[in-house]
Amino acid sequence: MVASTNTMEQVNDLAEEKYKYGFVTDIESDTAPKGLSEDTVRFISAKKNEPEWLLDWRLKAYRYWLKMEDPEWAKVKFPEIDYQDAYYYSAPKTSGDGPKSLDEIDPELLATYEKLGIPLREQEMLSGVAVDAVFDSVSVATTFKAKLEEVGVIFCPISEALEKCPDLVKKYLGTVVPYTDNKHATLNSAVFTDGSFVYIPPGVRCPMELSTYFRINAKNTGQFERTLIIADKGSYVSYLEGCTAPMRDENQLHAAVVELIALDDAEIKYSTVQNWYPGDENGVGGIYNFVTKRGACRGRNSKISWTQVETGSAITWKYPSCILQGDNSVGEFYSIAITNNCQQADTGTKMIHLGKNTTSRIISKGISAGRADQTYRGLVRMSPKAENARNFTQCDSLLIGDQCGAHTVPYIESKNKSAIVEHEATTSTISEDQLFYLRQRGIPPEAAVALVVNGFCREVLQQLPMEFAVEAQKLVGISLEGSVG
Amino acid sequence: MLEIKNLHVSVDGKEILKGLNLSVGAGEMHAIMGPNGSGKSTLSYVIAGREGYDITGGRIVFQGEDLTGMEPEVRAAKGLFLAFQYPVEIPGVPNTTFLKEALNAIRRYRGEDELDAMQFVKMMREKTKELGISDDMLKRAVNAGFSGGEKKRNEILQMAVLKPTLAVLDETDSGLDIDALKIVAEGVNKLRSPDRSMLLITHYQRLLDYIVPDKVHVLAHGKIQRSGGKELAMELEEKGYAEFGEAAA
Repeated sequence: MVASTNTMEQVNDLAEEKYKYGFVTDIESDTAPKGLSEDTVRFISAKKNEPEWLLDWRLKAYRYWLKMEDPEWAKVKFPEIDYQDAYYYSAPKTSGDGPKSLDEIDPELLATYEKLGIPLREQEMLSGVAVDAVFDSVSVATTFKAKLEEVGVIFCPISEALEKCPDLVKKYLGTVVPYTDNKHATLNSAVFTDGSFVYIPPGVRCPMELSTYFRINAKNTGQFERTLIIADKGSYVSYLEGCTAPMRDENQLHAAVVELIALDDAEIKYSTVQNWYPGDENGVGGIYNFVTKRGACRGRNSKISWTQVETGSAITWKYPSCILQGDNSVGEFYSIAITNNCQQADTGTKMIHLGKNTTSRIISKGISAGRADQTYRGLVRMSPKAENARNFTQCDSLLIGDQCGAHTVPYIESKNKSAIVEHEATTSTISEDQLFYLRQRGIPPEAAVALVVNGFCREVLQQLPMEFAVEAQKLVGISLEGSVG
Repeated sequence: MLEIKNLHVSVDGKEILKGLNLSVGAGEMHAIMGPNGSGKSTLSYVIAGREGYDITGGRIVFQGEDLTGMEPEVRAAKGLFLAFQYPVEIPGVPNTTFLKEALNAIRRYRGEDELDAMQFVKMMREKTKELGISDDMLKRAVNAGFSGGEKKRNEILQMAVLKPTLAVLDETDSGLDIDALKIVAEGVNKLRSPDRSMLLITHYQRLLDYIVPDKVHVLAHGKIQRSGGKELAMELEEKGYAEFGEAAA
């Protein structure tokens, strides 16, 4: 009794550390009028000189959105969102038509990245990672373009892709996540401001990891990123997405959409480290992260792998999914979700098996501390034509303290007798024995908790590309310092 | 090195140690023998600073410093090591990661430079070679899926790396067959040194066939009942603990 009480106290102490990345950069914004209307949609489209078809598509989405209900099945609670009390477009002002190199970037912006420990210059010089940095809603720096162009890889803001290769955008946009999909994705379709576009030509193995850092900055601006990645036949790409956000008081809506398309024999590896501002100890001011991520394995032998480390946001609502259409295609989902204080997360995946011999693997590690509540929600569907399809699912939950919650909600639908679905789930706690053992060896409590949690997550951390793995491991430690240990 | 004076310890309000006195000098090996329930494990936990083991009277002085109220990790940094009767599993954390974290935490506390990856690996190779432990054990997760013998050897390896000035070995012989016992005892003997004291806590005499103590104490009813040399252990083997009001185990 005494022992467990003490563990609780340690956990609470450790939960107090402040969000390390909370700061606001002062940059002049070119902002759309407040609120959401057809005019807002037209304003955004005009700002970006978009083609007529895209404006039409946005407007269709907007009109559809007006009739939609908020999704209510997730186990999260929050006050109703006032969509009229937000701005839907804000761009940092730059001289001329936009920066040609990093030298033209607002120094204050560069300083912001420095504080986050991701200096663009250093990344450019040292890591070989091409960075398409998104600051608020407009991409401000794109590096390594030349090297990518050599092999025909297109990696640019989606607004630029609309000028460069409009046919590709038109062919694939909204084909994985239609504008009618869900209220958040529909809103994104109507008002998305920018995001990344990637096209890997047939047979090309992308020579470097592609990476985008997202930041929310201008006050009261929802973020509606749209990412579209197409891996043509026999190609390969690894894409990294990471984000941190500055501290603020009002809740911010973030409703991104990511669409992945893998054709025959192509592979897409998509890794995310998400560290949006989670709100203070009482949950005030955090980001609402309502994201729709979906990949289509359209071709035979194609593969899409999602890896995510989710530590931030007040509310996370996110189900990176795979539609396994091509025969022998493979879908993977590796996830670490950490919730602390008042954070809520309802996250998981959907594996939709359509083709023959399709396989999917789901490894989910959930860590809940403080008063946080977390749900794994996953669907595995074996359609009638999915001969010999296989799924393996493992969901492990780790509870820290006695005021948090963890729930596992698997949905399994099998309409094919030859399909095999396996599901394993465990729930555990960090035991007082483990903490004492580590402390007896000289490891202070917060480091001990971080060590146990990193061990718990190891299977997923190993899936991350090297550059990200180290960062993610640190982040796990920081989230638990700021929340547990 | 270690001075325990009139120590009273309660667990969940029940007094387990009732005025225990013990003095261990530098480099000495003492054995504490006693029947089940005599307070042996309580003694090891209270020395290491486990929560829930409340000192209600007396004190423990280690290297001239009163340990009362000191955090377990601080005691470790000051050179105190407990080899657990039941080493704890930490799934997913490789042994090397754990040991590096522990060693560097201790070095940080002492104001020493941390070892970098290269230095650490080199040092580990020396230790495993010295103790005849396979490198494979370093890559595996801490104690996860280890056999009883492997777990105890891992404790000895940790002791070799952390180089304590006082090691408390709690029932190190429990759960070991005779071959494993010999290997573990050999490891302990290799780690004996003039500046390392050891407190060997055991129920059975057989461990003392392989590790020869300087002194033997009999713990029963929460107190040291008798102290003597190695021959006291032999006597206990013959007569059991009946003399101290306990049934022979």
